[in-house]
Order: sequence, then C-alpha cells, then structure tokens
Amino acid sequence: MDLGLDVSERDGYTVLAVRGEVDVYTAPRFRERLIELVSEGKHRIIVDLEGVDFLDSTGLGVLVGGLKRLRSHDGDLLLVCTQSRILKVFEITGLTKVFSIYDSVDDAVAA
Amino acid sequence: MTERAVQLEIPAGAEFVALARLVVSAMAAGETQLSDDRVDDLKIAVSEACTNAIEAHDALDTEERVLVECWADESHLEVRIEDRGSGFDVSDLPEHPPVTDPERLKFERGLGIPLIRALVDEVEFSSSGDGTAVRLVMHHDDELDGEE
Repeated sequence: MDLGLDVSERDGYTVLAVRGEVDVYTAPRFRERLIELVSEGKHRIIVDLEGVDFLDSTGLGVLVGGLKRLRSHDGDLLLVCTQSRILKVFEITGLTKVFSIYDSVDDAVAA
Repeated sequence: MTERAVQLEIPAGAEFVALARLVVSAMAAGETQLSDDRVDDLKIAVSEACTNAIEAHDALDTEERVLVECWADESHLEVRIEDRGSGFDVSDLPEHPPVTDPERLKFERGLGIPLIRALVDEVEFSSSGDGTAVRLVMHHDDELDGEE
C-alpha cells in the first residue's frame, strides 16, 4: 500500500502533501516524516490531506502528536481537507475544534 | 437475496488491515444496498477493530491469526472480527479530556472505539481473557428508511 509524502515550501510554511491510505501500517512513516520536519526546524506546517483516500484513528493520532510537538516549539499545524469522508472522522472525534482546517493550501497560507 | 458469507483469516500484521477493509467493502458494495458513504463508514470501523485485534496479538507475541467474517442478507450486513488477545473491559476505557482542553493533545490514541460506535448501526464487544470479538452491523439503507 503506497503512502505518498511530498514536501514543498510555500510562503513561510512547509507543506506536507499526503497521498494514499493512512492506517496502522502507513501511519508510522507519516509520523516519522512529521518528526523529521520538526527536527529540521520546520515549525509552521500545513498537512494537505486532499490526496488521502482513507484515514482512521491512527492517522488522527499522528496529526494530534504533530500538533502537540509543533505547539511545544511555538509552531502550528494546519490542515487542508475538503473531502467529506475524511472530515467526518474529525467531526465525530471533536477534532475539528482542535485543528484549523482549510479548503486549500492558498487559504491556509493566507489565514 | 440469500445469505452470502466471506471468511478471512489474516496474520496479525499491520499490513493486512487494508486487505480486511478491501474484502469487507467489496462484500458491502456487491451484496448490499448500502450507499457509498455507509460503505466508507464500515471500512473505518473494520479498520479500527482489526487494528485493535492486531495490537492485542502483538502484545501477547502470538502467531495466531485474526478472523474476519462477513455476511449479508436481505436486511443487513454483519462483520465479526475475532482475536486471541488478552481481552479488555469495554466499560472501563479511559475518557479523554474535552477537545477544548489543551490536555487533550496528550492523547494520541483511544479514538478507535468511539469512531466504531459512531459509524455503524450496531456494535457489540464480547471480551474475555481468551480474546475479543467485535460484531458490527449495518442495516440496508432501505431498511433504515422504513424505520423512519
């Protein structure tokens, strides 16, 4: 199962575009990449979930851990997601109140 | 429609959770009248239950397989996921702080069972020291319409 993790820079933010399925098998790679970015001093990160086909609670755990890590560095983690099936897991778990979720990378950068 | 069933035994490895999702969603899409959204809901619930099962086997370092059974009839689709882990008390799960509490960020785990409860029509946990069985039920969309 492929998990794509593409990093780019955009107006002072590091954009991590995730593609594929995020579950217990792929989540460790996602977590490691986020930790690497924070270790490299990237403390303003946008995680773009538009290419994600599936995300369960292990993926949510990675994002919660990433947000905690970044906030401890006075940074932030923003999300981009418009897919209702992915947004639904954030809504059910109440995490829409924890994360700032935008419709596009442009909107996140402009926020 | 007569009852159709699928049985799958997966090794207790994280790489096999996607296979369980695939088999159950294929069964749901082919044998039931569930909408795509509800098939997606079921896939998440299956993923959560299989993840818990695999982690239960990991904790015991057992080579035993996780059993995934799925069957459908005119009214509903049912999935049973059975492990041979050491079991848990579903009534004694830790509660998370409210999402508005900064302490909430200390909890990266524990969202799976709340997700299962929210996404399927019925869920039942049977757990003992010999393992856990999770029963997930999705009623067909026209059956739900009839109840409204």
